[in-house]
Amino acid sequence: MTTQDAPASPVKPADIDFSPRRKSRGFWSEALRDLVTRRRSGQVGLIIVLSMIAVALLAPTLATHPPNMVLIGKEEGVKRRQPPCIHAVDNLPSLPIVDFFRCEPGQPEHYFGTDGNARDLYSRVLFGARVSLKAGIYTVTLAILVGMVLGAVAGYVGSFTDNALMRILDVVLAFPSLILAIAINSALLTVADDSIFSRGLELMQRVFGFEDIGLLTALISIAIVSIPTYARLVRSQVLSLKEQEFVTAARSIGARDSRILFRAILPNAMAPLIVAATLGIATAILDTAALSFLGLGAQPPTAEWGAMIGAERNQMFTSPHLIIFPALAIVVTVLGFNLLGDGLRDSLDPRMKNR
Amino acid sequence: MTKYIVQRILAALPVLFGILFVTFALARLLPGDPCVAMLGEKANEVTCAAFNIRYGLDKPILQQFVIYLGDVLTGDLGMSFRYGQPVTRMVSERLAVTIELAFSAMIFAVSVGMTLGIISAKRHNSATDVFTMISANLGVSIPVFVLGLFLAYIFAILLKDTPFALPPSGRLSAGMAVTSFADKLNLSEGDPLYRVAQFFTNLYFVNAIVNLDGKLFVDSAKHMILPAIALGTIPMAIIARMTRSSLLEVLGQDYTRTARAKGLTERVVLLRHALRNAMLPVVTIIGLSLGFLLSGAVLTETIFGFSGMGRALYDGITSRDYAVIQGFTLVVAVIFLVINLVVDILYGFLDPRIRLS
Repeated sequence: MTTQDAPASPVKPADIDFSPRRKSRGFWSEALRDLVTRRRSGQVGLIIVLSMIAVALLAPTLATHPPNMVLIGKEEGVKRRQPPCIHAVDNLPSLPIVDFFRCEPGQPEHYFGTDGNARDLYSRVLFGARVSLKAGIYTVTLAILVGMVLGAVAGYVGSFTDNALMRILDVVLAFPSLILAIAINSALLTVADDSIFSRGLELMQRVFGFEDIGLLTALISIAIVSIPTYARLVRSQVLSLKEQEFVTAARSIGARDSRILFRAILPNAMAPLIVAATLGIATAILDTAALSFLGLGAQPPTAEWGAMIGAERNQMFTSPHLIIFPALAIVVTVLGFNLLGDGLRDSLDPRMKNR
Repeated sequence: MTKYIVQRILAALPVLFGILFVTFALARLLPGDPCVAMLGEKANEVTCAAFNIRYGLDKPILQQFVIYLGDVLTGDLGMSFRYGQPVTRMVSERLAVTIELAFSAMIFAVSVGMTLGIISAKRHNSATDVFTMISANLGVSIPVFVLGLFLAYIFAILLKDTPFALPPSGRLSAGMAVTSFADKLNLSEGDPLYRVAQFFTNLYFVNAIVNLDGKLFVDSAKHMILPAIALGTIPMAIIARMTRSSLLEVLGQDYTRTARAKGLTERVVLLRHALRNAMLPVVTIIGLSLGFLLSGAVLTETIFGFSGMGRALYDGITSRDYAVIQGFTLVVAVIFLVINLVVDILYGFLDPRIRLS
């Protein structure tokens, strides 16, 4: 900390050297270092998550075809539900995994085959990373923003406000989450073309950059359903932090409630919230995929992994590649966020230090 | 203990009221004309006025809520306009399948999950432990519908014509005879007990045991294995992780050392002293998993072609059958509430500190 940043205080003993002997790292960079160097699950998770983000960003470059283009009539010899075909493996020895991608010479090359509408599956799976990551991150952001405010207010104000807010959240928790999400989603879909609600939806569509209204309503419903988790977490943190001495200190120098809450308490409640958010992204991706699989979330032609599996689920026995690739994409992505969350939990927990 | 139980039940009542309010609000408070939604092209001013009077939609919203409460309490959940049946009747026919599914999945999750967790904790940091934890991490990352499809593919296609082949869909084989309890008891359709008898008839495991019908038991078990595994894998993985970490913590406690120092066998130390104390967080997870099982039932039943609650909910969504969505959401939420109440009470039973605080 340089002297310019320090709060102006009346007494400044300039002759005393406060600089620490060893350059100390902050809590966050310490935790990040711990995660990258010592947590095996954190390392694997971080690598998976970063590569998924890379895939999402580079999807237009990596893709071989436009994801929504029906190739019939545009490409010689293309068929619906064509099995995977990579000509580079033609000369490799026969192995089950290699044979899976082998095909007749002259057949158009599609790394993961084509789907029921003769679209390139590989390109769709790549673009699916964009949809799923966006859905996961937006859902959790939305849920945390609301949950954090509710939980912080409940925990800080206490008494009647706390009781009232928590009972309302209890009701949301009383529903099995996916079923409530389904119910909210189908209700939202019916209002999508009506009054103020549709204006709100349109606004969110523009803010989030989503064309697919079904995906947007799915995202909102999953966010609503997961608000209580974050609200409870923040509340419990606030409850224990507000008794701490630094809060009393802040109050004694005359800080306003909002300042105490947002500048003193909440920053200290961040660590468990970040862990919950990372694990929450995994859950949100799973739930979005589940809703889309049921036909409620992403609508055609959006390339969403769950929707891709849902559309072709009856072809499992004849064209398993249509299920395998989107399924692998979901599993790997969700696994990545789960591992990263586990690693973060260990790294951010002071008790786990040196373990 | 009685005081504790009464307290828990009283605490659940406002939540029950909240559930009723939410299911009501989901259907009524949203904009959009229910008349147009219900009648479609037949909706005009005259039919809509009649429709509103018939369903009480012309009354103030609070009064509508009271009417709704009255309907629900008397067991009237409205009519499904797709099936033309009362929703209550559909629930009574389909509930059994879902209960059996959730129950089987839970048995799988608890038995396999706890065994894996105990083995992992006992051989901490061994290859077995690492392998188990990797599988547990994979387990929580696989969507129910993906696992279901793959299990069906493996056991119905790849293992076809082997003794391990299992059917990929349906609750029973075609042409399987089921003894109806209603017929046995000579109940007619109008009888109030008829629905109850039908419900127990559809609990095929119970039915097979009561009627000593071995063929029915084996057949229904065969159809249940894959769905139960598909649905139970995520809770199984969570339970395995929870058992392991909870047991590891307990094994580091002083009283475990004391037990060992007394010269007790490792088996007694592990199962009697450690596991018992490690169970509390596991019970919590089991309770929480039930909500997941009910959610997951929608996906599992859709994949494996069970005509249970979840499947009806899915059909209700695709055909915009609001009474079904509303009614089934309500029933599932109430079941979930009751289960959580039981878990809460069980918790107080296991840990005296909780019921006395």
